Amino acid sequence: MSRLSNWLPTNWQWFNRLGSPRWFYHRSERWLPWLSLAALLVLATGLVWGLAFAPEDAKQGNSFRIIYIHVPAAFLAQSGYFIMAIAGAIGLIWKMKISYMVMKAAAPIGAALTFIALFTGAVWGKPTWGAYWVWDARITSMLILLFLYAGVMALQYAYHSVDAASKASAILALVGTVNIPIINKSVDWWYTLHQPATIKLTSAPSMHMDMFMPLLVMIVGFYLFYAVALILHTRNEILRRERKTSWVRELATAKARG
Amino acid sequence: MVTQDARKMDSGFAAWLRRDLLLAYRRRGEVASPIVFFIMVSTLIPLGLTPEAAQLAKVAAGMIWIMALLATLLSVDGLFASDYQDGSLEQMLITPQLLPLPILGKVTAHWLTTGLPLTLVSPLLGLMMSLPNAGYLPLLCSLALGTACLSLVGAVGAALTVSLRKGGLLLSLLVMPLYMPVIIFGTATVSYAVDGVNWLPPLAILGAMFAASVALCPMAAAGALRVTASN
Repeated sequence: MSRLSNWLPTNWQWFNRLGSPRWFYHRSERWLPWLSLAALLVLATGLVWGLAFAPEDAKQGNSFRIIYIHVPAAFLAQSGYFIMAIAGAIGLIWKMKISYMVMKAAAPIGAALTFIALFTGAVWGKPTWGAYWVWDARITSMLILLFLYAGVMALQYAYHSVDAASKASAILALVGTVNIPIINKSVDWWYTLHQPATIKLTSAPSMHMDMFMPLLVMIVGFYLFYAVALILHTRNEILRRERKTSWVRELATAKARG
Repeated sequence: MVTQDARKMDSGFAAWLRRDLLLAYRRRGEVASPIVFFIMVSTLIPLGLTPEAAQLAKVAAGMIWIMALLATLLSVDGLFASDYQDGSLEQMLITPQLLPLPILGKVTAHWLTTGLPLTLVSPLLGLMMSLPNAGYLPLLCSLALGTACLSLVGAVGAALTVSLRKGGLLLSLLVMPLYMPVIIFGTATVSYAVDGVNWLPPLAILGAMFAASVALCPMAAAGALRVTASN
């Protein structure tokens, strides 16, 4: 595994190797410490910069700072759905077990991030708009995304056969992916029809650079955090699904023996 | 069911459509329940909100659409259920016809026995809820196209949950996000007309959704059935 020639993608071997749960399990053990450290450092930098050092907003004062959690969570919630759907597609096309495991692992993480985005949005909304919840286009789209995640998770747990559960969830995730642009555009259009005149939203793109830089750092930090969480969940799923194999049994007994 | 000719093979669409219509006719009482639900629950709206005509007129379009959506949601669960239980679904899976076509036949039969009656009954409900005069034709058109979309998308959800015991509740959870664009544009068609604006654009978007659903949903449902029904 240490020779460079083993790493050069001159053939598709590396792709198929990635499909082995056992190989992924052992490889990811080496990646995890570095990834976790990177995630921790970037998140800490972003948080301290954004919460303490970024300039105060002219209209909102300090309450805008929740943007440093709200926006990255929303970003990852949407990217996470596509990651889940692509993992499902890879599983359906190339029939790789590990791809289904990644899809199953990605679902609760994405759903949690969607919830965090909605919750932090509500907390932000109270001091700025006077209401915890408004039927804004983006908020409604996020809520629908939460339902889509819930559907995929519910379908996973409804089936006894792991194979059927994985394939059905993959199909549902793909159907949801096709629908996400349609839903977003519909809700956008619906909102412009019914927009209440009293609600004014601060628009993110016209942010000052001093406020925007820590936001970028936080987004990168959240991506790294997502990668760590996904790998941890996938490793768990590998152990659960492969528990009858000899390598997992050896791992368990070696751990027990200490 | 379908006799194969060596030179020409039937697509299975007409055969399954005829079969499902015949079965629905024999179980008329069961098939009528979504429409009865539609009418009865629409009576709850004035009881729950207000009997004032002016207020009802404001919510009429949206409420009728919501009730139609719920009625379709309740009925789409049974699309594949009885066939799965008596084994004819497996026969559908192993026939040489392309699977999306029999599925399209079944969905068409479902729409003819659920969506179409709902659409035809809706002007009566519009009358009961003081829908303004301009709203009736748009309501008919939008419900006709919209319930077809709902049947098609519901078929994908039904295919995914056909082998589960408590599949009905899960089915609702799965298809609800996919139903949201349909209801947005369906109610918009009627409210545009009531406001005096041209109501054809949202209807056109409904038509586009219908076209996309007819093209894609049978294939998705076929893929789902191959996964779930053969276990």
